[in-house]
Amino acid sequence: MKRTVFSYPYIVWMLLFIVAPMLFIVFYAFTDGGAFSLEPIKAALSAGYLKVLGHSALIALYTTYICLLLGYPVAYILSKMKKAVAALVSVFFIVPMWMNFLLRTYAWKVLLGAFAPDLLYTEAAVLIGMVYNFLPFMILPIYTVLQKLDKSYIEAARDLGADGVVTFMRVVLPLSVPGIVSGVTMVFVPSITAFAISQLLGGKMTGMLYGDLIYNKFVIEGSQNVGSALSIVLLISVLVSMGVMKLVDKSHEEEGGKLW
Amino acid sequence: MEKSKHLIELIDVSKDYGGDVALEHINLYINDGEFLTLLGPSGCGKTTMLRLIAGFILPSSGMIMMEGKDIARIPPHKRAVNTVFQKYALFPHLNVFDNIAFGLKIKKLSKDEIERKVNSMLKLVNLEGYGKRWVDQLSGGQQQRVAIARALVNEPKILLLDEPLGALDLKLRQEMQVELKRMQQHLGITFIYVTHDQEEALTMSDTIVVMRDGVIQQIGHPIDIYNEPKNSFVADFIGESNILEGIMLEDYRVRMNGVNYRCVDAGFGKNTEVDVVVRPEDIDMTPPEGAKVSGRVASVVFMGVHYEICVDAGGYEWVVHTTDSAAVGDVVGISIPPDAIHIMKKTRSMNILDCEVYPEDGEIYIDEVAFPCDNIEGFENKEEALVQVTPADVIVTAPQDAKLTGFVKACMFLGTHYEITVSCTDNDWIILSPDFMEDGEEVGLAADPSKLVLIHKNDA
Repeated sequence: MKRTVFSYPYIVWMLLFIVAPMLFIVFYAFTDGGAFSLEPIKAALSAGYLKVLGHSALIALYTTYICLLLGYPVAYILSKMKKAVAALVSVFFIVPMWMNFLLRTYAWKVLLGAFAPDLLYTEAAVLIGMVYNFLPFMILPIYTVLQKLDKSYIEAARDLGADGVVTFMRVVLPLSVPGIVSGVTMVFVPSITAFAISQLLGGKMTGMLYGDLIYNKFVIEGSQNVGSALSIVLLISVLVSMGVMKLVDKSHEEEGGKLW
Repeated sequence: MEKSKHLIELIDVSKDYGGDVALEHINLYINDGEFLTLLGPSGCGKTTMLRLIAGFILPSSGMIMMEGKDIARIPPHKRAVNTVFQKYALFPHLNVFDNIAFGLKIKKLSKDEIERKVNSMLKLVNLEGYGKRWVDQLSGGQQQRVAIARALVNEPKILLLDEPLGALDLKLRQEMQVELKRMQQHLGITFIYVTHDQEEALTMSDTIVVMRDGVIQQIGHPIDIYNEPKNSFVADFIGESNILEGIMLEDYRVRMNGVNYRCVDAGFGKNTEVDVVVRPEDIDMTPPEGAKVSGRVASVVFMGVHYEICVDAGGYEWVVHTTDSAAVGDVVGISIPPDAIHIMKKTRSMNILDCEVYPEDGEIYIDEVAFPCDNIEGFENKEEALVQVTPADVIVTAPQDAKLTGFVKACMFLGTHYEITVSCTDNDWIILSPDFMEDGEEVGLAADPSKLVLIHKNDA
């Protein structure tokens, strides 16, 4: 029996739940009332909507940046701990992920409402919610890479005259780029497509996010065609940004440690 | 090479990892320009010693003196030593040039100087024009050369090499051995080389340090280590050897495997238990007629240049290397020239005492006192023999309760107990005691009849 047989259920699954919906989206994006039309795409590329995309990208960049600033040191400290201790500590980061993210975001709404009502329904609140939700996705890939990093590289650097700081800057940091790229991808992509967090924590005070825009088109306005076109624009933006990330990662491909 | 300047000296260095002792009271000095090899099986502490000198770990106690200063606690980046790592540890994010330039850039040398030095290093290791390559595009041998260049470009006082040739195939390894030795002589840098490969150690080193269980077994020139191993471990580890237990009857006379031999060693005392090493290539195979020892050929293996022949003679299987062939089952004579017999001190002590045997009474006389003794068959009446009894089996009593008494001659603490030498009429006995005993104290000695083992003293 060929071993490819075992992949059939997965292929069926992919056809049903990934390829088919994509085809629907492409179909709706290029039709209007059943006939071929470029109007939805034209609408999606209008200045107002592109501005929302820019705003979303900016928020996603901020989120990624803050996650990296917070996550890298945490991952670094974790990698320095004994394995058993590190496993215990990382449970603290992982356990909240077992809870539905909407619940966690609601919790923030309550917390901010009680302790920092001025912050609630601002962009800052949205950022807090996003960083909180996506931080583990930054920590874990970086931790994986750092923890797998061959200690002899560090010893070699020390041996060649590098002190702790130089060793970190010239050896540890460059060699952990694959983890950073993984982490950045895993935070940036869900951030730019996020919608519920901004609705819960941002309220109507801030500029709309792209995810909310698509949600509104589909659910509130019932305009599948423009919604689909917006989705395709978003999809292409994400693919382009991932392509850029891949380029950064190119010279480090052999190092491994990525989560996919 | 003959400058007798101590470049680095380890003084009473010990290292333990949470109770596991890796190094025990190491004392070692290394001369300027020396090629010194730390040799031993895995887990003997050789790599630990290297890492202590590099500064990656701190000793639990002791000093590492370099140019008059204790560097034991100085961090690695401030030491004038560089390391070639076992798996090279070349930085995968840098190309060959930048790998080699790593140390120089930290020292903030000018661009021109870095370029000049790196290029001359690339030339030294025969990798001219490889500067732009990535390290994963290089073969194992080339990576090895880059690792050596990366360390040497910093002009260290000492180059530490941790089993650097372990990952290479045999031919490449032999080439690199020659090349490393050439580099070391050309540059005059002190090399400390860690390996478990005795052949490598013998080929390259000026000095070999043989280690086992964190303790130095022997330090010496390769030829001395090979020809005059200090104990059975060294003999066994360095080259192939026949190792037998023997008794040094007197100076220049040793008894092994039931036969007395002339030898060239002296100073071991009378009737001392020793280990005897005979190298397989030092044994001559002779016709059985007139041979002192003869045996039956048990196996013959052709080794390329010589045959390895196992000869079963009276219960011991001698390994002989010879260019003469023999067939399995042949009876051959074995001749061992006196200078082929290497006597080594045994660390374990054993009482071997002169005695007179009286089989009819079931007794032997030691120090003119009768001891009942089992297993006395095969000995003639009044035969002069040797009796063997381990110190732990000697029963120590009060003088008035024993037939044999003696006086304490020496008392040595061995960590958990005392080893005491008791002088009797003819023999010195070694006994063990949990308590200290004063010199000159009188003690009684006895032994269980089953614990006394008789040995013939003369050839039948």
